[in-house]
Formats: sequence, structure tokens, C-alpha cells
Amino acid sequence: MTAPAPVAVRMTGISKSFGGIRALDGVDFEVFAGEVHALLGGNGAGKSTILKVLNGVHVPDEGEIEVAGQRLATPSPEAARAAGIAMNFQEMSLVPTLTVAQNIFLTREARDARGMIDDAESVRRAQALFDMLQVQVDPTALVGDLGAGQKQLTEIAKAISQKAQVLILDEPSTALSVSDVERLFSFLRQLKAKGVAIIYVSHRMDEIARIADRATILRDGKHVITAPLADLPIDVMIEHIVGKKSKGLADVARGDVARGESLLELRNVTGPHKPENVSFALHRGEVLGLAGLLGSGRSALARVIAGIEPSVHGEIRIKGAKVEIRRPADAIAHGIALVPEARATQGIIPAHSVADNMVMSVISRIAPKGFVNRARIAEIAEDMISRLSIKTASRDHAVSTLSGGNQQKVVIGKWLATEPEILILDEPTAGIDIGSKAEIIRLVRELAQSGKGVIVISSELSELLTACDRILVMADGRAHQMLDRAELDDPAERDPEHALQAAERRLQIEIQKALSIKEPSHG
Amino acid sequence: MAKATTAPAGGFFANWRQNIIYIGFVVIFLVFALTLNDKGFLNPNNLLNIVRQTAMIAVMAVAMTFVLSAGEIDLSVGAVAGLTTVTVAMAISVAGPLGGVLAGLATGLAVGMFNGWLTTRIGIPSFLTTLAMMGIAKGVAMWISDTAAVPILSPGYSWIFGGGSVGPIPVLMFWMALIAGIGHIALRRSGFGRKVLATGGGETAARYSGIDTRSIKFKVLVLSSCAAALAGMLYAGRLQSGRFQLGEGDELSVIAAAVLGGTSLFGGKGTVIGTIVGALMIGMINNGLILMGLEFSQQLIAKGAIIILAVALSQKKG
Repeated sequence: MTAPAPVAVRMTGISKSFGGIRALDGVDFEVFAGEVHALLGGNGAGKSTILKVLNGVHVPDEGEIEVAGQRLATPSPEAARAAGIAMNFQEMSLVPTLTVAQNIFLTREARDARGMIDDAESVRRAQALFDMLQVQVDPTALVGDLGAGQKQLTEIAKAISQKAQVLILDEPSTALSVSDVERLFSFLRQLKAKGVAIIYVSHRMDEIARIADRATILRDGKHVITAPLADLPIDVMIEHIVGKKSKGLADVARGDVARGESLLELRNVTGPHKPENVSFALHRGEVLGLAGLLGSGRSALARVIAGIEPSVHGEIRIKGAKVEIRRPADAIAHGIALVPEARATQGIIPAHSVADNMVMSVISRIAPKGFVNRARIAEIAEDMISRLSIKTASRDHAVSTLSGGNQQKVVIGKWLATEPEILILDEPTAGIDIGSKAEIIRLVRELAQSGKGVIVISSELSELLTACDRILVMADGRAHQMLDRAELDDPAERDPEHALQAAERRLQIEIQKALSIKEPSHG
Repeated sequence: MAKATTAPAGGFFANWRQNIIYIGFVVIFLVFALTLNDKGFLNPNNLLNIVRQTAMIAVMAVAMTFVLSAGEIDLSVGAVAGLTTVTVAMAISVAGPLGGVLAGLATGLAVGMFNGWLTTRIGIPSFLTTLAMMGIAKGVAMWISDTAAVPILSPGYSWIFGGGSVGPIPVLMFWMALIAGIGHIALRRSGFGRKVLATGGGETAARYSGIDTRSIKFKVLVLSSCAAALAGMLYAGRLQSGRFQLGEGDELSVIAAAVLGGTSLFGGKGTVIGTIVGALMIGMINNGLILMGLEFSQQLIAKGAIIILAVALSQKKG
């Protein structure tokens, strides 16, 4: 940097805690005008927190924010907007009942001579924005009717329409097609040339390598490094991102399990939207991990197996016999249980007791004559509470009084009550403290040892590596590679913590590799 | 860019579910016109009577469209209208017509601000706030009037607020058109209306977009009570008295009118024109069923069935 560009954003010593957990710890962050600055870090590193601080949604406990040399005295979304900061919110800022154009210009509507809202003019302006981006979105369509990619383009257009001097794009490309990402990038280059500072968050290192000038990496709420991209090859980036955050998981013992018969086999299975043409087999006694980024088709695959989005092509076999899974009830009848991702909405009824939640999916079984057998409920609940060592004052306490980790155990217990042979866990440790994470992973290992087949989906690679025997790497809805967990280990490395980090780096590289393989049919 | 500029597919009839209220209005009108012609359904006086009987419901329903669009509800409108007839009548007897009008507006403002404060600051759902207010308003009206009718002896007031007519056109029709016009423009074309729709359509998204959703909810509840107060003033003028029973049960017709007109009970969606047609349709059904000679019990059943049918047809399937 011989000719220093003007500083667009300078954040110094930003700290922010949420209920005792320090999400940001004295972080410095500086972005120049006319650069694309990548912000990197694993889950929980503090990326979204620092962006929300910059955007005024969170007020920092300590630290100062300067935008274009001016100190932001009272952080608020309005102040940030006035200072020229715009951000996309990963579909959070779109109103489904309004049209695309109405959403883009919400609170900044085009007005006619009498000061009335002029929707026709907003439609024209929205169309001009999409033309500039060279993408096709209908400005008069209701946002609620759009697919994920179109919603994302609308979010981006909304951020761009504010003509901001600082544009924050938080994972803008997760739902975009390859060609749309390309167009977005060429547009970002134009903005950059006009002196706009762009902060770009993505988990896709290939994208970052193509678009970013500099990168800042955060880990555990702390600033790790800021450097030009030229000084950060992908393996170095990954090393900084991974760091030592795997502590607490490294000591979970992963005993060797004997693989039994094939419980579940997928042959060229294609879902209604994703996945595409996936084949694999899950054996009795093993834990299979699904790795990949958001939008890679991991959860979609789980939904196909569980009958929520039935497959459109290919065959599913259970213990060698071909089966039809058209509805969730079919899957349950075949001994498949899916513990879904969104615990609060899909997993539990928070106000109901632990016992009532546990028996929710087996009510008809324990109430054969229409009357619920209280003794049987108590029996199942006590059995699960001790089996999963759930910490609750009693089985009659509301689930909402439990910690996140114990709530998750209730969800798992609820599905174990159906006595499944195949258990699918989607992000089982999201929003849970590290101690409970290790406990859940131990539980997963125990379930496999007791003869079940378990599939685990997780964005936290250290977790997958700790829990799984084999890991399927997915990207763009396709299965790319089946990795044996042992392959990722370096036999020379003795320290379990280092070994786990090394394995995490390798897995990260495999995931990034899978992304760069372009499917010929695509785009 | 071929597809991008085209309008959403289909015309009026292709989107028939959205426009069911207008189609239904015409169909019911034709059925009544054909079957009840000999009983005077099409007589101009009868048609104007429908307007007279609908005006108060329509005025309240316009404001209710805003309340529902913002994702809230106001169950107190009928009782507030009743209370206002009493406060207006009592104020006129001591302070004249102008005092009466001011007292009526003050009643609406006070109740609305209290509803809004409880809902947005204390955090009680508007369903409960306004359910409680329904009882309170009626109780106050009974108490201060000693449950007796309070006569209004001001012909001027009565003419302007509901009793008068210009040629054959009742003044009530002007009030209805005025409120409908203001409401339509405010909801469709003003920043406030857009913020109301955004608040009800997705509160988080609206807040992230810089909309003060609490203030929007406060304002729609104030608006609703003020509209209820105006409806009360019209009842008082038309019947030249204030009585606590006036407006009783109107909240259900008001909500039904808005929902028939395509306003979503879950917020984010609503039109004032639809609401007005919905209100007229309810008035027309009432009138037609009476002309048919149905008993009150049968009228209630038929009215309920028609409303269920209309709303069911407007639901998107799947």
C-alpha cells in the first residue's frame, strides 16, 4: 500500500458481550474506500456481531466507530444509514407481502409531484437496478412468491439502491447461480472503481480469492490478522480461521466401531430441488457426517430421507429392501427419525413439560384406547432423562426452563422414543455451549455403538470430525467425495488437539475443492 | 430481459380468488335484483337505505383495515361508538354542538391512546387490550348515562352527523365516501400506509428497514378508536340521542367487512376499496334477507353461511 487510500470505516477496540459470553473482544477493523474487504471466520467467530455493530443494530460495550473520518456518536440503524452504510440481511429485511420494488425502496419510496407514493416509478427504478446487475427479477412479483436466489438478488438490490459509501454483503451468494455470482462480481468491481468500500462475508474461499483485495480474519471474537489477499493463500487462511477453537472436543474418544449390515442405502437419489443424484450407504453402528456449506444440499438430503420432500428419482433401500418414502409417516414406519435444525419451532413445545415433549411422537402408541397412560409417560420420560443424562428439576418442568444443550437432548429423546434404527441429526449443537456439545457428540457415538445408524449434519467441522466415522462432502446439491475419518488423521501427530486441527484444515480444503469443481450442466 | 418487464400473469378473472369480493357482490346484487324486484329491492329509497345502514360499519371498517394490515386487531370499536354517542349527547346538552363534536373526538383519542399504550408499551396483545376495553367502554357509557337515552336537541348537529340529506343523497353517504377516499389514498399512496403494510407483513424485516413498528401499531389503534368515535357521532346524529346500546356487536360486522374485502387477519394485506365493498355487501345481505321475509334467526344463519362461503372461496389452496 504505497498510495494510502482514504479510510472508509475504522472500528477500534470494539467489545460486545451477550449475557456473559464475549462475542467481540477488543476488535480493530479498518476498511479502505475503493476496496473489497473480505471478513472471514468460523461459526461464532464474531463476524455477524461486528457487522451488526457497524450497522447500528448492536450497541458496542466498548470501542469507537469512525465512518469517513466522522465518529459515530450514538450507534443506531438510522445513524449508520445516514453515515452511508448499507447492508443485506440474508433475507431478514424483506416483507413477504410486499412486491420486490416496494421492498427495495421501503421507507425511501419514489414520490410524485403531490408527495404520493409512485409505485410505477419504483418499479422502473428497480428494473433499472436489475438491468445494471444484468439479472432477471420481476419487480412486480410478491417477495413471498420468490425462490431463494431471487430473494437474495432483491436483498442485494435493496442494499445497492441506497447508494451507500460502505456496502456490507453478508453471504450474498449462497443461493445464487454461478452466472449470477459472476454478474454480481463484475458489478462490485464497478462500485469499487467509484470508491465504494465493500465488506464481503463468505465461507467460499474461491469467491474471496477472486473478488477481495484484503481480508480480515476473526476467531473467537478476536482479531487474528488483516492482510492483502496476495499474502493469504487458501491454506494460510484456513489455518488462521481454524486456530485452536476445537478445544473441548479433542478429548472426545472415538472408539472404533464394527460396521454392521447396511441399514440405509441411497442409489442415485434426486430431490425435488436438491440433492442431485446422491448415492451412499449407512451401516449399522456407524456415524456418517454430511459436510458442506450452506446451500450445499445437506439438509435437503435429510428432508428427502425423512419423507418431508420426497425424492423424484432414484431408489432408497432399507436393510437391502427397496422402499417408497412419500410422507414423513412412511419414514417413521421404516425406523427413520429426523431431529430437525430449528429446535425451537420444529423440535419442541417450550411451554410443555419435559415428559409431554418426550412422548409427543408416540402418543398414539401409548394411548391405545384413546386415553393417555400417565404411568407409561412417566416411564418413558424417566428412562430418557437418565439415558441421556438430561439436567432438569423434574420430568414435569417446562422444557423452556432447561439449558439449550438439555433442550436438544429432549428433542433427541423424543425421537429415540420412536425406537428408530436410523437417526438423522441436523445441526444438533447449534447455539449450545461447548461442554454440552461434547456431551451431545458422546451421545451420538453411544447411539451408534448400540447398533443404530446415525447421520450428522453440521457446519462445525471439528464436531463432524469428532463424531463421524465417514464424512460425505457435498456441494451444489451433489455428493462429491466420501472421506474415511481415518484418512484425515496424520499418524505422526500425537497431541489430540493438534491432530483435530490438522484434520479440520484438511476437511476444509476438501470442501473448498468440491466447490471449485464446476458441473458441466450448470449455468 | 424478455420476461422481466411483463406484468404478473392473468387478468381480473384469472386472479378470481383475489377479486372474489367484487364478483360476489355483483352476483348477490343480481340475485336479489331478480328475486326481490317485486319487493322493492331495486327501489332507489331501498338502495339508499342500505347505504344509511352501512355507513357507520364502513367508517369503522376503513380504520380496521389499517389495524388488521398492521397485524393487530381492535375489538372495542362497537363499544367505543356506543360510549361516544353518550359523551356527545351529554356534551351537547351543556356546551352545544361544537362542544359535542370535541367531546366525541376526545373520547376516541383517549381510548385509542390508552389501547395503543397498553399494546405497544406494556406489551399486552391488542386482542386482550381491546377485549377489556370493550367492557370498560360499555360500562362507562352505562354508568354516566344511568343506562338511559340522552336526547340531542340540536337539529344542526343531527343534520351534519347522519340525519340530513342533500337532495336524495343522505349525508351519511358523503361521510362514507370521504373516509373511504382518505383511507384509500393513505393506505395505497402514503408512506404511513406502506409502513403499516410492512409492519404487518414482516415485523422484523420492517424494523431492520428502519420502520418504528411500535409507533405504527400505536397510531393504527388510535386511528381505529377515532373512527369508532366518528361512527358514534353519526349514530347519535341519526337517532338524535346517545345510548350505550348503539354500536353493540358492530366489531364483528366491521372485522367481517374488512376480511371479506380481502384484508388478512394475519397482517400485511388489505385494501380500503375491498373493505367498503365488503361493508356494502353485508348491508345488502341484511337488507335482502329482511325483504325475503326471513325471520331474524334465519337471517343470522344465512348471513353466517354467505360470509363463510365468500372467505373460503378467497383462500389460496395448497
